[in-house]
Amino acid sequence: MAAGEALIHARGLTKQFGALRAVDGIDFDVPRGEAFGFLGPNGAGKSSTMRMIGCVSPPSGGTLRILGMDPVKQGSEIRARLGVVPQADTLDNELTVRENLIIYGRYFGLSRSEVRQRAEELLDFVQLSERADSKVEPLSGGMKRRLTIARALVNDPEIILLDEPTTGLDPQARHVVWDRLFRLKQRGVTLILTTHYMDEAEQLCDRLVVMDNGKFAAEGSPLDLIREYSTREVVELRFPGEAPTVDAGMFDGMVSRVEVLPDRLLFYTDDGDALVPHAHERLQPQSVLVRRSTLEDVFLRLTGRTLID
Amino acid sequence: MTYSLRAYEYWLTVYRRVWRGTIASSVLNPVLYLAAMGVGLGAVVKKQELGLPYLDFVAPGLLAAVAMQIGAIESSFPVRGAIKWNRQYFAMLATPLKVSNLVTGHLLYVATRVGIATSIYLCAIVAFGAVHSWWSLATIPLCILVGLSFAGPISALSAYAEDEVFNPLFRFIVTPLFLFAGIFFPVTQLPHVLRELAYATPLWNGVDLARHLTLGHPHALRALVQVAYLVLWFAFGIFLARWAYTKRLVT
Repeated sequence: MAAGEALIHARGLTKQFGALRAVDGIDFDVPRGEAFGFLGPNGAGKSSTMRMIGCVSPPSGGTLRILGMDPVKQGSEIRARLGVVPQADTLDNELTVRENLIIYGRYFGLSRSEVRQRAEELLDFVQLSERADSKVEPLSGGMKRRLTIARALVNDPEIILLDEPTTGLDPQARHVVWDRLFRLKQRGVTLILTTHYMDEAEQLCDRLVVMDNGKFAAEGSPLDLIREYSTREVVELRFPGEAPTVDAGMFDGMVSRVEVLPDRLLFYTDDGDALVPHAHERLQPQSVLVRRSTLEDVFLRLTGRTLID
Repeated sequence: MTYSLRAYEYWLTVYRRVWRGTIASSVLNPVLYLAAMGVGLGAVVKKQELGLPYLDFVAPGLLAAVAMQIGAIESSFPVRGAIKWNRQYFAMLATPLKVSNLVTGHLLYVATRVGIATSIYLCAIVAFGAVHSWWSLATIPLCILVGLSFAGPISALSAYAEDEVFNPLFRFIVTPLFLFAGIFFPVTQLPHVLRELAYATPLWNGVDLARHLTLGHPHALRALVQVAYLVLWFAFGIFLARWAYTKRLVT
């Protein structure tokens, strides 16, 4: 893809903090309308990348163009067209829900009447109309997140940056957030998000990169990644005590790979049901579970670690 | 400048929630101080020593001191809060606003606060009969300048410091300035070194000029030098604040 078509274009992008190289020479392009995800554990460099895209962290090296502009020289112009949902809320707890939206819209130069109308629409969109005049302080985590998302939409942005949008939310609140993000995606808004939840990445991202130690370990659609780096199915075996020592060769080519975790063994195979009786017979596990491969398995394969540690 | 006005609007929005309280203390504070220091203490201070009634001497000093105090208070905890607690500066920097707009918008707000409080204070001084010239009106812009000469460097400190700095700031800088920068007695009473030190403070320059203005005999050259000196502090403060904000917010 040519640089001109991409909303975000990065080559050799690097961020150095003292001796730490948080982002280590990554290349990517995000076309308009795509939902692009950075998947990785804490400290992988996701947030540093997001802050560079948000034009509040000058790159230490490489090229970064956003909407065809230079984030260091034209940060203000770029930010006028971005919506940012930061990892930690930046709401003013002393102001009301509506006041938070209005003042934020004013930062973008919206007129008072314009921003009032926009605030009503957005509160409706994130289902907070009833709390419009409540202070932010007593709101639940999920409500604050939705308000932050509403706020990020006030300028009708072309790109929305979401840094761990559902971290710390309960399952129900996460689904409400996902639903709203999905609607934005349907409207053609470009979404850039970071997450350390596989299910979030699978739900929302057209394409994602697995990030580890500041680098991309893999790149593709969730399905492509699973196809490329994992088998169709996984058999999980749990044992009462320590898991026995095994190797993939034990099962006559049925198992392509084994992962040994502290509490269980993972057998990667194309036919889980066929493997189960053999596994029972040879290893006498306490319990057996056959499931589909997920991005978690991809991550484990690529980095040798689980995603949330 | 429009961007800075947008940042200024945030501070006004926050101020709208608390303005009643600040107005009440802005009225009460001068009444208490002028009654106790000007009238009460003034009654036992011999007029010949100063060459003027003590109330006339102390009132313009107190006026300038209020400018310092508000400048210092409004650029300490609020700035710390906008970075650490409600993180509003991070919210602003996700919009077209730049670091320089954050600094300017906040200082505009400090100027507003100082302007309102010292205007009320000046009215109180008039009511106590310690104003002797139309020149007194010039004390308001002067006080705004005094407030800003403190607000610049202190907001830089608030952005820069990781740890608790406000206790030492108020205990070892703001309070000693209040006591020794020529508000309650002429700095000529101080030992030589301390006197020279007092002359170098923005507060003394503000106090001295305010006093000449309310008494109605400002010296043009001296006033010019003092204003220039305060402007220098202010400019230095803006420079420092931009540097400290950038260091903290754009990493």
